[in-house]
Amino acid sequence: MSANIRPSGVFDVKYAQDISLNRTTSDRWIANGLFVLLLLIPLFTIEGPFGINLIPQLWIGTIVRISIFVIAVQGLNILIGYTGQISLGHAAFMAVGAYSSAIFAREFGMSFWVALPLSAIFTGIVGLIFGLPSLRVKGFYLAMATLAAQFIIPWLLRYPLEGLTNGSRPIEVPIPELFGISFAHENAMYYIVIPLTVFMMLAARNILRTRIGRAFISVRDNDLAAELLGINVFSYKLQAFFLSSLYAGVAGCLLAFEANSLTLDSFLLDRSIETLAMLVIGGAGFPLGPLFGVAFVNLLSQNIIPAVIPWFNSIIPTLFPFINTVNVFAALNPLLFGGSLMLFLIAAPRGIAHRWEIFKISWKLRPFSQTR
Amino acid sequence: MSDSPSDIKLQVQKISLRFGGIRALNSVSFQVKRGEIFAVIGPNGAGKTSLINSINGFYHPQEGAIIFDGRDITQLPAFRRAKLGISRTFQNIALYTNMTTLDNLMAARHIHMKTNMVTGALFVGPAKREEIEHRRKVEEIIDFLEMEGIRKTIVGNLSYGLRKRVELGRALALEPTLLLLDEPMAGMNVEEKEDMARFILDIHERQGMTIVLIEHDMGLVMDISHHVVALDFGTKIAEGTPDEIKQDERVVKAYLGQEV
Repeated sequence: MSANIRPSGVFDVKYAQDISLNRTTSDRWIANGLFVLLLLIPLFTIEGPFGINLIPQLWIGTIVRISIFVIAVQGLNILIGYTGQISLGHAAFMAVGAYSSAIFAREFGMSFWVALPLSAIFTGIVGLIFGLPSLRVKGFYLAMATLAAQFIIPWLLRYPLEGLTNGSRPIEVPIPELFGISFAHENAMYYIVIPLTVFMMLAARNILRTRIGRAFISVRDNDLAAELLGINVFSYKLQAFFLSSLYAGVAGCLLAFEANSLTLDSFLLDRSIETLAMLVIGGAGFPLGPLFGVAFVNLLSQNIIPAVIPWFNSIIPTLFPFINTVNVFAALNPLLFGGSLMLFLIAAPRGIAHRWEIFKISWKLRPFSQTR
Repeated sequence: MSDSPSDIKLQVQKISLRFGGIRALNSVSFQVKRGEIFAVIGPNGAGKTSLINSINGFYHPQEGAIIFDGRDITQLPAFRRAKLGISRTFQNIALYTNMTTLDNLMAARHIHMKTNMVTGALFVGPAKREEIEHRRKVEEIIDFLEMEGIRKTIVGNLSYGLRKRVELGRALALEPTLLLLDEPMAGMNVEEKEDMARFILDIHERQGMTIVLIEHDMGLVMDISHHVVALDFGTKIAEGTPDEIKQDERVVKAYLGQEV
């Protein structure tokens, strides 16, 4: 984390200026302009109100899914990146959010707008309970303890709660509505997901630059010193677990209502690992890390790998004629994914967000910036 | 200064601290008067840091009591003692490495701030006002310790001497009434030591703060402290004014060894 850097020639003369995120008029224009542009995107798709085929319809679903995962990974960022408590049960908490909101809507007839905050808080409390081992254990041992959540929660949902969750089979989730407007179409869902994501990102950013966030970082950087200097370390670890799971719960709930159906298969251990990979690639401990990580992983698995696989398919039989190609083709996708992640971690171990910070600082300080 | 109870800032009553079979502290008692600089000396392994850790709440002695401002704090957890006004620095610097100097000091304002998760997330009105109000307090400390230039430097990148200074600043940001300094001048050159001594004297004079100090530099201890207690192998071997300590046979013996 670095301090706010101001463009050359802009001086902060008040503390309010020094702590503001958008310091100059152009900063404000860029931030608000990007938000408005983002909101305009669905209007220019073929299924939008004007039927203009300027932007591929596929983009909408992709952006919505990226946004939802940005919320989930931001939750993980609060826990791992800022508080330094490792968790391998994030997908399980997303499952709690998804299933609790679905059950609230199906069994109690709650609308989406009530189910969302309720399921988020419920997930937060579940996360807090699974965070209790952090009183005693740290690091790898805590990872093992949270791994328990990743096995207990899906098991609970699959067997003991089968009556509510339909076990391994998918369940249907009602379509969100507001004042008679249905959010069945993905273009409509876009207008729920995007503002909520922006709000959640801003909220995380704000929490992390005030008292609570500094306490989180103190716990990460030096928990002994934090305890001796008036920070109730255990309480803040639990608060981080609560907040992190709350974010996971919101993401889970959005996933359920976006797809209008829900299966347990999307919340297993591989999903937890994937969110962790997204965080590490994007940059743990950076406010924008989740955004970069999710976008990059999405790009990698949806665009880059499918594009290079045909090339591999043609070259492998000629290079290694003795290999059974059927097995290799099945393994190519995860192999390339893992390989590119490793390359990435060697080239940019602190994540894309760190590169972005360096770029931003040297851009702002131009022409006085030094290359480093 | 008379010895009425209100003049006593800190009372350590016969505390004993054991780690398994090792006796780190053995029935140590002393009193620290309000507004004095109180030095703890002793050879390596004498139990000085264990003593500070006990006062601070990092260790809980098996026997004895610690009375702070007339209140028994022996059982209080460390973070509550900080709220009562006990602050400290560490022998091996224990800063929040990845934060800036400013954030390190702001993090120490934690006990004086109220923002919770919800108001913090919205960052309007009270939360923002609170940030600015406490920023003012922190800037006073930055000004006092002459750290303006490193305000926004990540502390992990600072030199050893400066990190020690940031740590002192962080301890002050808690606005303590009792300051525990664990070897504030260890590993410094003469200039840095002089700076640090000046800061400690300034803190004492301006704010009338009670300071408990561990230090190995005898010349310095004798110069700035009002009262000295000497430890050896976890036991108090002498107590008194610097002049008395200098003459004490057992202190000389502990430091220089016995004459043959």
